[in-house]
Amino acid sequence: MSKRRPWWRPSGFMIYAVIYLTFIYLPVLFLPLFSFNNSKYIAFPLKGFTLKWYEQMINSPDMLEALMNSVKVGITVAILSTMLGLLAAKAVTRYRLPGRGPVMGFIMVPLVIPGIILAISLLILITQVDIPLSLWTVGFSHMLLCTPFAMLVLISRMEGFDKSLEEAGLDLGESAWMTFWRVTFPIVLPGIVASLLLTFTISFDEFVLAFFLTSTDPTLPIYIWSSLRFPTKIPAVLALGATIFILSFVVVSFSEWFRRRGVKLESSSGI
Amino acid sequence: MTQASLNPDRSNRSSLGLSIRKRFLSSEPLRGYSLLSPTLLTMLFGLAMPLLVLFGLSFWLQDYVDFIKTFSLQNYSDFFAKPIYSAILMKSIRISAMVTLVTVLLAYPMAYFIAFRIKSNKLVWLILITVPFWTSYLLRVFAWKLMLGYNGVVNSGLKSLGLISEPLEFLLYNPTAVAITLAHAWAAFAILPIYVSLEKIDRSLLEASRDLGENAFMSFIRVTLPLSMPGVIAASLLVFIPTVGDYVTPSLVGGPSGIMIGNIIQSMFGKAFNWPLGAAISVISMLTVTAMVCLFLWGTHRLRRAVA
Repeated sequence: MSKRRPWWRPSGFMIYAVIYLTFIYLPVLFLPLFSFNNSKYIAFPLKGFTLKWYEQMINSPDMLEALMNSVKVGITVAILSTMLGLLAAKAVTRYRLPGRGPVMGFIMVPLVIPGIILAISLLILITQVDIPLSLWTVGFSHMLLCTPFAMLVLISRMEGFDKSLEEAGLDLGESAWMTFWRVTFPIVLPGIVASLLLTFTISFDEFVLAFFLTSTDPTLPIYIWSSLRFPTKIPAVLALGATIFILSFVVVSFSEWFRRRGVKLESSSGI
Repeated sequence: MTQASLNPDRSNRSSLGLSIRKRFLSSEPLRGYSLLSPTLLTMLFGLAMPLLVLFGLSFWLQDYVDFIKTFSLQNYSDFFAKPIYSAILMKSIRISAMVTLVTVLLAYPMAYFIAFRIKSNKLVWLILITVPFWTSYLLRVFAWKLMLGYNGVVNSGLKSLGLISEPLEFLLYNPTAVAITLAHAWAAFAILPIYVSLEKIDRSLLEASRDLGENAFMSFIRVTLPLSMPGVIAASLLVFIPTVGDYVTPSLVGGPSGIMIGNIIQSMFGKAFNWPLGAAISVISMLTVTAMVCLFLWGTHRLRRAVA
């Protein structure tokens, strides 16, 4: 098992892995391809290279407004759900809680409930108490969806480090708040960054809740959904999709670099 | 796990701060819950209450733009009176079950490969698997329209190879197209939990099994597979439950024959405008899915005991 195979005689597993990756990559790779295709119809054969869809993307105020809405909602949701997740993660990892299992299960429900059911339940409640639909109602629903994810990420980070470090902080006379700030926070920071990124991504890509709970302000997925009905708008959407993809690649690479740096700092300081 | 890591601390009380510590411990659940309360309250308001309201609404009736606010079982009898609703619910469950089975079966070898055969750069492989999922969900579904459509990738490819003269029309707008698209869209959700549970397996157990004379296949069946079952179960639930209610994929690639229960619920809150009936259909769907999940958990539990 440990002997290295030459690359021209791959193992069965390697062949499978390559086929599998082809399956998950292939459809997605056609999207950027058509963002450079000089035709407003998304169909073969290709008609030559163009950048005009990227130009149209920049000159499309509706799309950019939807993008900004999604960014605004995403950032707010990321911060709030990470805060809620952090409190919950600290509570369940640092205190003995009677009924911990059921309570955790309850907080995790948004993970396993079909989006449409959460969406219509919230829609009914919100209209019954006469709250106007807006990006705030979208944000609230995203916060519900993202908090369990934030909590899971932060719990795994909190369980990973030694509780006695916090106790040492307290014993040495720091207040609870200062202990959190000077001991817990720096150690949990990579988890917080991971949670912020994950929750932002989920909110940014979420469609069903936003579809039911927004009024006139579209988020980006809603804009994409409506433009899928108008074929002429699709190439510009694909251009935006490709741009966002490149941006997320940069962000993820950066966060990975940040995480590795965190790990390195930890190991050098002996934590 | 946390319970276990807390226990040593309890026995660890030094004589020094014994009384302070005791008081601290006695109020520990209280302190824990006060820390948990913002999250818990948010979930009570945002999750428990809406679900209760949904349940309540399912017993009202729609009267043009208003609700008739008297208790009635009309919506439930409507659901069972028209066989189309339960037929579509059953079809949704069938499609989702198939998607779950295919997704998990395809994901397992991949997760196994990363967990056991990749020695270095596991993270690179995991990132490699998640990269396609950074594309918007809607665009990923749309990509399959592109793959299977009339002038799509498959048809153009087959045509240029000279295998067909006219594009195949049966590729898109049917339940199979929905299943393929969903299996693609949820692949990462299946791989990651399975990978985590495989990665956790103590490798010495496998060596022990081999030393005791089991062959590679049998030690996989009797050691690796049962120990990775939590991941398989988590993956199945993470794929099955959300896909039953999905309406984006069926409405983009499903066509008339591929509609699922999510489309029906959505139309009740849109064009058909019958919120109470939509609520009743949601309640019935949720109960059915919960029943299926319980059955599945019971089944896997029995299976594990039979194998071990």
